[in-house]
Amino acid sequence: MSIDETFLAQGAAEADDGHPKADHSRAPSIWRRSGLQIGILAVGVVILVTFIIAAPDVFLRANIYQAFASTTPLFLIMALGLTLVVITGEIDLSFPSVMALSMVSFVYAFQAGMFVGVAFLLAILTGALAGFINGTLVSRVGIPSLVITIGTAFLFRGIELAIMSGRGVPLTDAGLAPVRAVLVGRYFGVPMQVVWTFLLAALLWFILNRTKFGAHVYLVGDNSISAKLMGVSVARTKTGAFMIMGMCAAFAGVVASFEVSYFWPTLGDGSLLNTIASVFLGGTSVFGGTGSVFGTLIGGFIIGALNAGIVSAGINAFWTQAVFGLVIVFSVVLQTLITRRVRK
Amino acid sequence: MSSATDGSTGGPPPQQGPVIELRAVSKSFGEVRSLINVDFALYPGEIVGLLGDNGAGKSTLIKTIMGYHAPDPGGQILFRGEPVSDWSVAKARSLGIETVYQERALCELQPIWRNMFMGRERRTRWGALDVSGMRREAARLMSEQMGFTSTAVHPDNTVQTMSGGEKQGVAITRALYFEAQVVILDEPTMGLSLSETRKTLNFIRSIKDRGRSAIFIDHNVFHVYPVVDRIVVLDRGRVTADVVKGDLTVEDLIHGLQDVARTGEWSQRA
Repeated sequence: MSIDETFLAQGAAEADDGHPKADHSRAPSIWRRSGLQIGILAVGVVILVTFIIAAPDVFLRANIYQAFASTTPLFLIMALGLTLVVITGEIDLSFPSVMALSMVSFVYAFQAGMFVGVAFLLAILTGALAGFINGTLVSRVGIPSLVITIGTAFLFRGIELAIMSGRGVPLTDAGLAPVRAVLVGRYFGVPMQVVWTFLLAALLWFILNRTKFGAHVYLVGDNSISAKLMGVSVARTKTGAFMIMGMCAAFAGVVASFEVSYFWPTLGDGSLLNTIASVFLGGTSVFGGTGSVFGTLIGGFIIGALNAGIVSAGINAFWTQAVFGLVIVFSVVLQTLITRRVRK
Repeated sequence: MSSATDGSTGGPPPQQGPVIELRAVSKSFGEVRSLINVDFALYPGEIVGLLGDNGAGKSTLIKTIMGYHAPDPGGQILFRGEPVSDWSVAKARSLGIETVYQERALCELQPIWRNMFMGRERRTRWGALDVSGMRREAARLMSEQMGFTSTAVHPDNTVQTMSGGEKQGVAITRALYFEAQVVILDEPTMGLSLSETRKTLNFIRSIKDRGRSAIFIDHNVFHVYPVVDRIVVLDRGRVTADVVKGDLTVEDLIHGLQDVARTGEWSQRA
């Protein structure tokens, strides 16, 4: 129809200008798809090699790796859960308090004579509830997560301290032995918590990459308005991510307490920055929409290795924080450069 | 204000009731009343052009139809004659209403296949996400349906690497793929090249050929006029005209729209 051509010519927003278009027919290269993970893995390898060269008699023995496999999971378990929250474009700062609050449920349930498995489940449920509260306040009431989770961090910690009156509880009862063996026992020199960390990472990878909920986590963090226009429930997805985070915090709380056979009311203090650093070091974007469980796993082990390694490598203890900070800043700058290059 | 039924005398034979109908729908955002007592009906096999100035309420109207906005109390949405309750985007899509949004509603950091199946993810019989199936299907749709590029676009590429027309292709293919009964297109030709615009308008015609309905929103009268059966004009939240195309020339339409812009009234005899 020639009349259409006239209409089109009058109405076209822009003419075909023969501008060369990118060739999309090829699959994106491995570098484009996984550049960040490769980059972070490379940083990890470099750090490990540096430590081995600096202190071969420490880093060529199993002891240091056992030490670091027993302490790293205590924050890495939470970093794995936090990855989902950060991919949705939010943040959770209340998880150290959730660790402790969940242990209150565990201790009270066990002391009330409940089966230890039930006490464990109640602890996890407490974490889920805390996450539900965070997620609801963020996604339905619409308060920025950075603000509200500072509030709930004080609230959860305050409730825990008030209930416990600041006293700790030894976890030495014979009835607790099976839980200890399962959660933090040592088999062939391998601490069980590191096994649980890998299992949790596998589970969260599956949730993130092979479930509808996981697909929505990425979409909501990328562009929540687009997701909502296409019928994705932003509130449900964000609340779900916060609940997973809460359950991870509860699990980490139980593991950390059994590792020292004592529930300290200050449980979780000092875990905040290690956890968050693991997520960002692992290449998960603070802007949401991108990130991976694998990246966080590597990020967490780098943080753990730095914690365990800096002193062992003979670096003056006053310098540990500076080295720590330097590695994190360097890695994050590297990631930004990689991302910028890949996106071009 | 004329109601939807007044204007459809010479249009497509409405022996069937409307697919979708709005009765006395208003929508306020705080003090701002974006839609005021709107009656609107879309019949099977009909393409309605929705025209109006910026801020006339076009996007609000289609987002209300889609369940993104809930109408103010008193307004009613009917699907195939039945009043709908708990209307939502998910529900509208499950009943076969798809929209190509002005803002395209894409997630730019995600691969094409994730965008293609956004909100409608396919699952295997085990309940897990059918990633390989969706990837394969996206690749097939892009080579067979999109036609915006001669070479196949790889489904793993992120949307941010695509041109405006290719992005629009994803949005349109997505609407087409789910066998929509009603397709709503909000300024689909915005920012498109000449050939891309032609393809988009051909696509809108093909909707009618399949016996489905469409609502076509565009600022450009020259894009709307050739493809629509009926024209509804919105002005400051009200329906000011509802006319069958057969009754008027493109010049009449332009004059009518100018009158609406000047006086707020459609003075033309339809």
